[in-house]
Amino acid sequence: MANRNFIALRTIWIKECTRFLRIWVQTLVPPAITMSLYFIIFGNLIGSRIGQMGGYSYMEFIVPGLIMMSVITNSYANVSSSFFSAKFQRNVEEMLVAPVPHWVLICGFVGGGVARALLIGIIVTCVSMLFVDVRIHNFWVLAITLLLTATLFATAGLINAVYAKTFDDISLIPTFVLTPLTYLGGVFYSLSLLPDFWQMVSKANPIVYMVNGFRYGFLGTSDVSYLVSIGLLVGFNALLFAVAYTLIHRGVGIRS
Amino acid sequence: MKALAIQGLQKTYKGGTQALKGIDLTVEQGDFFALLGPNGAGKSTTIGIISSLVNKTGGKVEIFGHDLDTALVDAKSCIGLVPQEFNFHQFETLLQIVVNQAGYYGVPRTIAKQRAEKYLKQLDLWEKRNMPARTLSGGMKRRLMIARALMHEPKMLILDEPTAGVDIEIRRSMWTFLKEINRQGVTIILTTHYLEEAEMLCRNIAIIDKGRIIENTTMKGLLAKLNNETFVLDLKRETEAPVTLTGFTHRVLDDHTLEVDVAKDDGLNPVFDQLSAQKIQVLSMRNKANRLEELFVSLVEAGRNGGEK
Ligand SMILES: Nc1ncnc2c1ncn2[C@@H]1O[C@H](COP(=O)(O)OP(=O)(O)OP(=O)(O)O)[C@@H](O)[C@H]1O
Ligand SMILES: [Mg+2]
Repeated sequence: MANRNFIALRTIWIKECTRFLRIWVQTLVPPAITMSLYFIIFGNLIGSRIGQMGGYSYMEFIVPGLIMMSVITNSYANVSSSFFSAKFQRNVEEMLVAPVPHWVLICGFVGGGVARALLIGIIVTCVSMLFVDVRIHNFWVLAITLLLTATLFATAGLINAVYAKTFDDISLIPTFVLTPLTYLGGVFYSLSLLPDFWQMVSKANPIVYMVNGFRYGFLGTSDVSYLVSIGLLVGFNALLFAVAYTLIHRGVGIRS
Repeated sequence: MKALAIQGLQKTYKGGTQALKGIDLTVEQGDFFALLGPNGAGKSTTIGIISSLVNKTGGKVEIFGHDLDTALVDAKSCIGLVPQEFNFHQFETLLQIVVNQAGYYGVPRTIAKQRAEKYLKQLDLWEKRNMPARTLSGGMKRRLMIARALMHEPKMLILDEPTAGVDIEIRRSMWTFLKEINRQGVTIILTTHYLEEAEMLCRNIAIIDKGRIIENTTMKGLLAKLNNETFVLDLKRETEAPVTLTGFTHRVLDDHTLEVDVAKDDGLNPVFDQLSAQKIQVLSMRNKANRLEELFVSLVEAGRNGGEK
């Protein structure tokens, strides 16, 4: 039983990884290019005029945020498009007819999204090393924040795909919710630059906590405590997993 | 042991279509069972529920004694499904598709690879194993779905129109293959629109129409209902006098064509005798349509008239 579930989980995970590796030009190259442009333009060209941010050079300051930004977009995009296309082409039925428990199905897809996000995280980190000396203040905080963020947005992508009826539906949330929250999530600036009111508003943005937790792992500096970040991440993960589980279990969008 | 036991199965889709209005069906272990019915009768819905792709709205389904509601995992493990529509990933290779399918059932990868070779070879797809599935022809795709369904060596194979759009030669070879699988002990349930196929393969049969079972019998029992055969005769005649034929229901279609219903026991000699007495030559003769098809249509019609009471 346990062994069967493990084999099923590994199968889905490998299938997911094979998918994004097969179409690497669409999945791995674009974030590398975008992030290099950010590094060159914001980090190098504009950053040199900005000077210090939160006690660090602007380039050093934005590196963690940009890594986080690519992790968020890619974990989300991977699962939402993969699960939606599995639904659309109906090959998700291959898993639904088999005795694959719903948590295994979710973990398999989420695991695939996390794998892509981490791989891109590594690629972006390597790119950033061309521009700046990357220092790591606390590896564990960094790793845990990264992992939890990746699982969170991969699960969110899955939920999006469950509800989506057309390919447009899986780009709505990234465009109208994810991107604004990320740009306003302290990737490019320290919250302390904002007036009090906007600082308060920003603290309602969950991405602020992820970016800052991650930045703490790198630099040892943060607008919020990393413990709060990790706590929130754990909570949100549990919440979204429960939502995803309920949806899949009820067969929303996949069983008539 | 019953491979499948369905009681009072109902399905109403969102939007209100009542696809199944309470059907009962049993299939014995080892059987080769045909589920027939016109388009929209509810065949795929029934199969969808058995394979847990469709949620039922009422009734009970047991697969080898495992209730779908209480022992889903055991029930699922018994079934291999060949759906009506292609539902594999278009860009995955054949090998990936079948090996992954085995993985979902918990079959270890080394065993899965051996089985992949076995079934892809048996279904004549081994040459194509590293091609993406979308490059296959329609008939090959059907066979791929059969190979995929067998990867966990299920006790029961369910095929929803497996030979739709498959040429005659390949269809024959699929029949041979399925017969062999059945001989090895796998229970097979199949839907088809080709009655010849059901006649060739199946021992028992159910006919479903508008969500109701209207006939559930053995193939032999069904064929026994076929008392009449209709023949179409092409005639060459010297006179213009009307054709007379006593003792047979017949229809004169035009000056040169005659349709005669002949009971099984009567034989054709009396027809020929009467015609030659009238100096009419029979140039050629053919069997009209598929007898089983006629029977099917009349059963469906009878069922519909009965249902309207
Ligand atoms: N997903 C669905 N949503 C709503 N109605 C459906 C759905 N699937 C099937 N139906 C309806 O249920 C009825 C039975 O359909 P089903 O697919 O079971 O027929 P079938 O016997 O398999 O027909 P065919 O021989 O054409 O494949 C039809 O009226 C069909 O329109
Ligand atoms: Mg059908």
